[in-house]
Formats: sequence, structure tokens, C-alpha cells
Amino acid sequence: MLVHSRKGKWAAWVAFLVLFLPLFALPLLVIVAASFATSWSSAFPTGFTGGHYRAATSGASLQALTTSLVTAVSASVLALLIGTWAALAAAALKKGGRRVLDALFMLPVAVPSVVVGLAVLVAFSKPPVLLNGTRWIVILAHTILVTAFAYQSVSAAIVRLDPAYEQAAASLGARPSYVLWKVKLPLLLPSLNAAAGLCFALSMGELSATMMLYPPDWLPLPVQIYSTTDRGSLFTGSAISVVLMATTLLVLLLVSRIRTKASYR
Amino acid sequence: MADGIRFEKVSVAYGGNTVLDSLDLTVESGEVMALLGPSGSGKTTALRAVAGFVRPASGRVLIGDRDVTDLPPHRRGIGMVVQQYALFPHLRVEDNVAFGLKAQKVAKNEIPGRVTEALEMTGMASYAKRYPRELSGGQQQRVAIARALAIRPGVLLLDEPLSALDAQLRSGMLAELARLHRELPDVSILYVTHDQVEALTLADRIAVMDKARLQDVGTPQELYRRPRTEFTASFVGNANLLPVQVGSGSVSFAGAELKVPTGDVSSGVSATLCVRPHLVGLGDGPNALTGSVAEVQWRGSTHRLYVDVDGHRLKADLRELRTPPALGDEVTVHFAPEDAVLLSAGVSADG
Repeated sequence: MLVHSRKGKWAAWVAFLVLFLPLFALPLLVIVAASFATSWSSAFPTGFTGGHYRAATSGASLQALTTSLVTAVSASVLALLIGTWAALAAAALKKGGRRVLDALFMLPVAVPSVVVGLAVLVAFSKPPVLLNGTRWIVILAHTILVTAFAYQSVSAAIVRLDPAYEQAAASLGARPSYVLWKVKLPLLLPSLNAAAGLCFALSMGELSATMMLYPPDWLPLPVQIYSTTDRGSLFTGSAISVVLMATTLLVLLLVSRIRTKASYR
Repeated sequence: MADGIRFEKVSVAYGGNTVLDSLDLTVESGEVMALLGPSGSGKTTALRAVAGFVRPASGRVLIGDRDVTDLPPHRRGIGMVVQQYALFPHLRVEDNVAFGLKAQKVAKNEIPGRVTEALEMTGMASYAKRYPRELSGGQQQRVAIARALAIRPGVLLLDEPLSALDAQLRSGMLAELARLHRELPDVSILYVTHDQVEALTLADRIAVMDKARLQDVGTPQELYRRPRTEFTASFVGNANLLPVQVGSGSVSFAGAELKVPTGDVSSGVSATLCVRPHLVGLGDGPNALTGSVAEVQWRGSTHRLYVDVDGHRLKADLRELRTPPALGDEVTVHFAPEDAVLLSAGVSADG
């Protein structure tokens, strides 16, 4: 800590709680409270029922949860493959080429995701590649959006990787592909794992591009939350939100458990 | 395998900056060649050119009689050990050692035997199941050496392998490396170091590098006893370098006439006289010089005296003195004529 005196520490904690609790924690707590409530007329929701969760974990909502999970897992796996491949390729390039690749993969982050959604919609609405109206267009858009993050975190890890490992392996007679599989990728595993978690979380919560694209039979959870609250079922919407939050956190927790096992230092 | 290494006019440049300038050097098969020089002298670059991690701008590198200049590192058949060990942190010791064998597709049933053999050679057999992070620096270095030896390379490249170890471990590892070389007499070793003791102890020959150039090559004895340049004299061991005027059969230094072999250095020119500090004696004798004591350092078994003779500071390493002279005392020091080496000024002009 930079603050040393006991009083200073207390002041820092109080300032932290006053500033951050209302901003970060309280809205989420209110959602949790609302998901159990029967009415909401004063400052806080009142009454108690578990009924909203029954709605949130059955029928269309359950369908939407599986849709979201399948989309997020597929998009993360694809993003990790493409992002890692591109990051490895970029590391082998000269400075100019690397900058071009960096900029290219920055684009989906810099451009608003609604625009990415629209672009994907326009691009794949006509033959030869007609994806509009299928689930693939949603997965594709998610992949495009999250690959940027996979690329960035993996290239950061590659830069940190000591070239001595690669050189030692090469001096022992290992071909570049053997070095990649047996040395580089295992050493990058913790970062790949972290990137996977990030991609998954981002994809689970993605709404704006999805809104532009989703077909009636492939409706992810955030869209379900949006339409439920839009219809006026605020409490059910809250319950679905809590399910979305809990699922994402659970998966991230599992992923980080694997990460601790995979880190060597 | 009995392969030597040959550098033929090898130059390496990074962005117009020459870091290795036209190196010509041959390491005979089975020889230990030390590349000795200060940092930035090009010695590591020379080693990396053999390993294939830098590409020469011109010249050729040969291993045995193969021209490897254009070969990628993994096809050169070298073993390499670097300062920071570079053991693979995700593999156990035995898998680290087996790495090269598996990469080169050595028959599966042969691998365990060769791993054990390599680990036994470096005394690490009982650590086979450990991870590198569970080993000390010295142990990690032994594993790195075992890993390099397991592939039975004809050429072993050692890049400052001991500089990350503490002084005591270093002298132990020096003895270990010397023993390994006796056990593997066919392996040529290129040993990069900035430490003259390591070079003098291990090497059959030493190549002295400075400013991207090869300055001198010779056996440790030659370089130590008969250095040809001021740089060699001061980098291989300690030296007093005295500016002198050459006469016939003697030189004059600070008004005194010193009898030293002048060889074929013509009289009348300026030159540098090299005298090793431990060959300087206290008291009167041949080639006596008188001056005042500027500094006394007690080093346990020896005393080092710094004596100012007519503005030039002379170092003398003397066996521990019972009553060392006080600062400012007038003392006389001397050295035998055959212990002095005359370096002609032409060679040392840039040194």
C-alpha cells in the first residue's frame, strides 16, 4: 500500500466504499433483490417469491441459456484459434507488417459493435455466402468481436516469452513446428486460458451486434433479457440476468482453476 | 563425431553497426576454445553465428567440413548451454534431457538409457523427476549441460555458462566441466566468457576479442607469458604496462635503464613494457625502480602495493608481508629481465 498511517488507510477504505459500492455493487444487488421480488413501488423491491426463477430456468429462457453457452463456447474456441495463429504469425513478421496486423485486429474493438453487426448482416445476406437467418451469423459476429481480445492478450504473452526457450529447443534439433507444440504453446497456456475466459465472458454478454443478426431460432440470453424487460416483466428479466451472471462467473471460475494448474512459475 | 568449427571471414552487422568484423578462427576437433573479451566485444555474436541465431552479413561458418552458414539452427547438430539455463519450466528434468532425443526421433527404447547416461555424467540422476523450479541455480546448470550432451553433439557451445553462479559453485563447476571434457575428448567446445580465470583454467586455446575484432589467439601460456598486445596483456591476467624508449639490449623508463630482452624491436622507438605484478619483488635487485607507496591492499595471502615511480603507478603482488610499508614510504622494487615482455608500440597503437 502507498498509504502508511492507520488513519490514512481507513480514509482510503471509506473513500473506496463510498465511491465504488454505489457504482459497481449496488446495481447488481438491486437486480438480485428484484429477481426475488413481487412488487417494486418504493426505493427497494419488496415481497419474496422464487417464481421468477422458475420462469428464468425453463422454456424459452432455458433455450436461450443453452444458445448463449453454445455461441460463447464456439466463438471463444474459434477466436482463440484465429487469435493465437495471427499473434504467432505477427510475432514472426517485421515491424511494419506487425503494425498492420495489430491495427487490423484492433478494428472490431474500435468500431461500435452495432456497426460490426450491421456489417456482418450486409456482407452475408446475399449469395455466395448466405448466412443471414442462420445461427452461424451470430457465432460469426461474436467470433469477430472477441478475436480482437484473444489476439491482443496472446501477442502480449508472446512478447514476454523468453526467446531463450525457443533457441534452446532449436539447438537441440527441434523443428519449428515441434518447438511450437512442445515448448511455445505449453508456455503460453496460462495466457491462452486467460484469453479464453475473457472471450467467453464478452460473448456471453454481447447484445448490440446480436440484436442486428439473431434469427428466431437462435436467441441468446441477453436478447431474452432485453425482450422480457421490454414486455414489462422486470422481475423475470432480473432473474434471467442473475442466471446469466451466475453462469458466466461459474465458467470463469472453472477456467481460472485450470489456469492455476497450468502456470509453472 | 569429431567436428571442428571454422569461421571464415565472418562479419555480422545489426542495422549498419558491425558487431563482428571479419572473424577468422579455427577450433580443432576436440579442442576447447575460449572466446574471451569484455561485453560488446563480439564474442557472443560469434557463438550465435555458429548456433544459427544470427546470420552473417558475409563469410562462412563450417562445422566439421559442412558449410552451415545457411542451415537453420535445428539442423546444425550442436549442443548449447546459455547463461540463464533456459530449461523448459513445464517439463521434468528427465523430459528436459529427453527433449532433444525426441525432437530428433531417436528410437523410443533408446531414450531412457541415454537420458540416464547424460544425467549421471553431470551427477543429476537422482533429480530426474523434479521440475526445474525445484532446483538450485547450479543444479539447473548441470541439467542444462546434460540436456545439451544427451544429443551427443560434435560441437558444444557454452555461452557464459557459469556467470549466474556464485564464486564457490563456479569453481566447482569449472572442475566439473574440465572432467566432462576429459570424458568426451572428441567434443569441440566453444566457450564464451569474460572471466579470464575460466578461460585460463579450461581452454586449450584462447581467442581474445575486443571491439568486434579478434585481437589475439594462442594457448593460455603463450597469451599470459608472451602477450603480443597491450589489450591481451591487461585482459589475460594483470599487467603493469610501462611506456619505455627502446635502446639496444635495454630500455629506458623514467630515467632508469632496464635490462630486458628487446628481441627484434629496433632501438630508438617508443614501446610498452609488460611486467606481471606477481613477478615484481620488493627490495634491491636487477632492474630496480624506486618510488613512493601510494596504496597498500592486504588480500590475505598477498599484499598488493601500488608504487608511484616518476608519475607511473606500478602494481606489485607480494607474498604476505610481516611489516608492510606505510603509505608514502620510499621503496625499491625490481624484476628479473626474463620476466618482462616488450610490446612494440606499432601493435598497441589502438590498445
